[in-house]
Amino acid sequence: MSPVLAELERLFPPGRLLHKPGELAPYESDALTAFRARPLAVVLPESHEEVVQAVRWCVRHQIPYVARGSGTSLSGGSLPIEGGLLIGLNRMNKLLRLDPRERIAVVQPGFINLQVSQAAAPYGLYYAPDPSSQPVSTIGGNLAFNSGGAHCLKYGMTSNHVLAAKVVLPDGETVVLGSESLENTGPDWLGLFVGSEGLLGIATEVTLRLLPKPETYHTVLAAYDSLAKAGEAVAAVVASGLLPGAMEIMDSLAIEAAEAAVKAGYPLEARALLIVELEGETPQVEAEARHLEAVIRKSGAYEVRVARSSEERMKIWKGRKAAFSAVGRLSPDYIVQDGVVPRSRLGQALAEIEQLSARYGLRVANVFHAGDGNLHPLILYNGRVPGELERAEALAGEILKLCVALGGSITGEHGVGMEKKAYMSEMFAEADLEAMRRIRRALDPLELSNRGKMFPGEAPALRFQGVHPLEQAGVISRE
Amino acid sequence: MSPATLRPNSVAEVQEAVRTERHLLPCGGGSKPALLTPGEGQTVLDMTGLGQVLEYDPGEYVLVTQAGARLSEVEALLAQHGQYLPFDPPLGQQGATLGGTVAAGLSGPMRQRYGGVRDFILGVQFVDGVGQLVRGGGKVVKNAAGFDLPKLMVGSLGRLGILTELAFKVFPLPKATATLRVAFPGLEAALEALYKLAGSPIELYALDLEPPATLTLRLGGLAEALPARLERLQAFLGRDGERLEGEAETAYWRSLNDLNLGEGALVKVTLTARHIPALEAALGPAPRRYLSAGHLLYLAWDGELDALERLLGAQGLSGLVLRGSTHRPQIGIDLSQAMAHKVTQALDPQGRFARQPYAAQD
Repeated sequence: MSPVLAELERLFPPGRLLHKPGELAPYESDALTAFRARPLAVVLPESHEEVVQAVRWCVRHQIPYVARGSGTSLSGGSLPIEGGLLIGLNRMNKLLRLDPRERIAVVQPGFINLQVSQAAAPYGLYYAPDPSSQPVSTIGGNLAFNSGGAHCLKYGMTSNHVLAAKVVLPDGETVVLGSESLENTGPDWLGLFVGSEGLLGIATEVTLRLLPKPETYHTVLAAYDSLAKAGEAVAAVVASGLLPGAMEIMDSLAIEAAEAAVKAGYPLEARALLIVELEGETPQVEAEARHLEAVIRKSGAYEVRVARSSEERMKIWKGRKAAFSAVGRLSPDYIVQDGVVPRSRLGQALAEIEQLSARYGLRVANVFHAGDGNLHPLILYNGRVPGELERAEALAGEILKLCVALGGSITGEHGVGMEKKAYMSEMFAEADLEAMRRIRRALDPLELSNRGKMFPGEAPALRFQGVHPLEQAGVISRE
Repeated sequence: MSPATLRPNSVAEVQEAVRTERHLLPCGGGSKPALLTPGEGQTVLDMTGLGQVLEYDPGEYVLVTQAGARLSEVEALLAQHGQYLPFDPPLGQQGATLGGTVAAGLSGPMRQRYGGVRDFILGVQFVDGVGQLVRGGGKVVKNAAGFDLPKLMVGSLGRLGILTELAFKVFPLPKATATLRVAFPGLEAALEALYKLAGSPIELYALDLEPPATLTLRLGGLAEALPARLERLQAFLGRDGERLEGEAETAYWRSLNDLNLGEGALVKVTLTARHIPALEAALGPAPRRYLSAGHLLYLAWDGELDALERLLGAQGLSGLVLRGSTHRPQIGIDLSQAMAHKVTQALDPQGRFARQPYAAQD
């Protein structure tokens, strides 16, 4: 063993320092399996102090590092660095404090997203950000990538629900950012930290804001004979002054897949399905539902269903939530994209994606958060056919450029990570990126923390790796 | 001697000013004079020459303006389309601009429903300390690309860069509103009701505590549902309270955002409801109002600001002086924090936007 590793061995006991090839294999990639890299070692800290020690060790020996939780990043954001250190935070998975009166939860970074809501449920509270990875993804990872979900138009993203964080900066120093107050004085350092993709430090303790659970839900499923009509319906709902908690659209390929997977009872012949969900105080929701009904009736839906019970509501959502993994039934492999377009350009974006799909000879299924313009095109390909992965990546890149050209963003909720860093220059000018780099280097002059992510630069070659083992087991899905 | 003032009419002129002037203090409508006391040799940059609305498509819920755009004009434009800025920025009638609102990080009572200015800023363009024009964020309601520079600028007081353009998420205005003012026998009972409401599914546009013990609650939504909701609210509290409706109700909330609380310095304090009992015991007769379930306090302080700083410091709280005479408007804020220090230096290496004594890293 090298003296450098021996030093690490003095900091972490056996079992919490992994460096043998067999031990490292499970950490070689995240949910974007096309990338793979072998770290020098993995450490599994159990305390803030151990994270500080690990970071200081990296600084001393100029070894780049990546912190990660469950490794569900879809942008390759938690991909290890070849020869670097991987700091696995899954053992720091405690709920430190739940204060229902102040409506906050203080958790360690390895705490699972869904468990926050489960812990808060007895008090009528919940944690709003709901990425589809929520049964496995951790709060630390959600923070690093500013995760979203289906309710972002009304409720915002992770950043809008984080009150404070204890952070180990890239030089090993500790700072506390934010407070328990929703208000702030002075620059919003916490706002800068959330979504910085692990480049600006590692959160070891996070204070989350909890919301009271809505009293009532009203969930409507509308079927259309064209995708354009469903898109126009969304515009009509918005124009009516309603602010639904969620508006989701699925196209025929996604409907077919979801139906085959979970039998949600969707109208199979539909070319597009729209799900609209209202929530809030009962008298208000009942009144809004009447307005919504009028809007949907006028929108040309040929079939409209309203969930009459929470079981019916769950069934509608089950199909939607399963759509991604279900697409796996239609194709051996697929890539999920995450671009955003202004809502009024949704129709145009979908039409152009259809043309691109035909040009590249690859099928694309569409499931998306229509309320906030966040597209999730699923590009279907077969990794065993030489060249198909590269073609699928090229098509994905064209879709990102399209989103930027329409005035949107290359990522709504998955982050830039490894996958989209080449497209940062499509969205930002060199001066913008340079300012971000200056901030990064001010905190991390050696660029050790999650080196090689977010900023344009060299990316390792894609390799076909097949589906992530967790995804194969149905534990995680890509959304 | 009055300080030198420049009034740029374009972004290029802002860049030019940053490159040529030694020390700069950006200024909007002047509604928060405590933040605008120029130091020696500091040139005031009057940003009201950049006052245009650049993009507004009501169907997108997105508004893009230049930083010097007046709040009152922007709000009137949004209202024509049945929309508003949900963080309810104060001081519009006093001439506040959107840039000044973001730089000071100010929200009003209606922030209770959907969030504060940090929750609604989507994109930013600013000139950094070396005269570079920098953009962060975007113009769509959901975006996770790059560092969140828009949020960083909230509360930055011009210290990290001079804001030139801002993008916000906007929402539909509630079609109807009604307000209930409920007096309680004492602070303890009022706070108990505040906590109970904040943890309930009752959706309030405002949840204010007026000392000594009155809760002022605003409901908004469809007109046909409001009577039933008001009754439910009264039943929930077990008190009828006093109803405000119609024009009187709208006027009540509009006038509150002038923040004319009383004599003395106007101070914003950030806190949680947990701090209220101790503050109430210590603040004496200073006129004040707690907003958003006790997360935000606006206070008129007629005494020495040092005394207020000690008082807040004892509770671990910080504040920002908005009106009143001071060279140090940030009270109880730790400016030496490592991240703050380094990021400030990265964006303004020569201390162009520093306050006196002009350290590159104050």
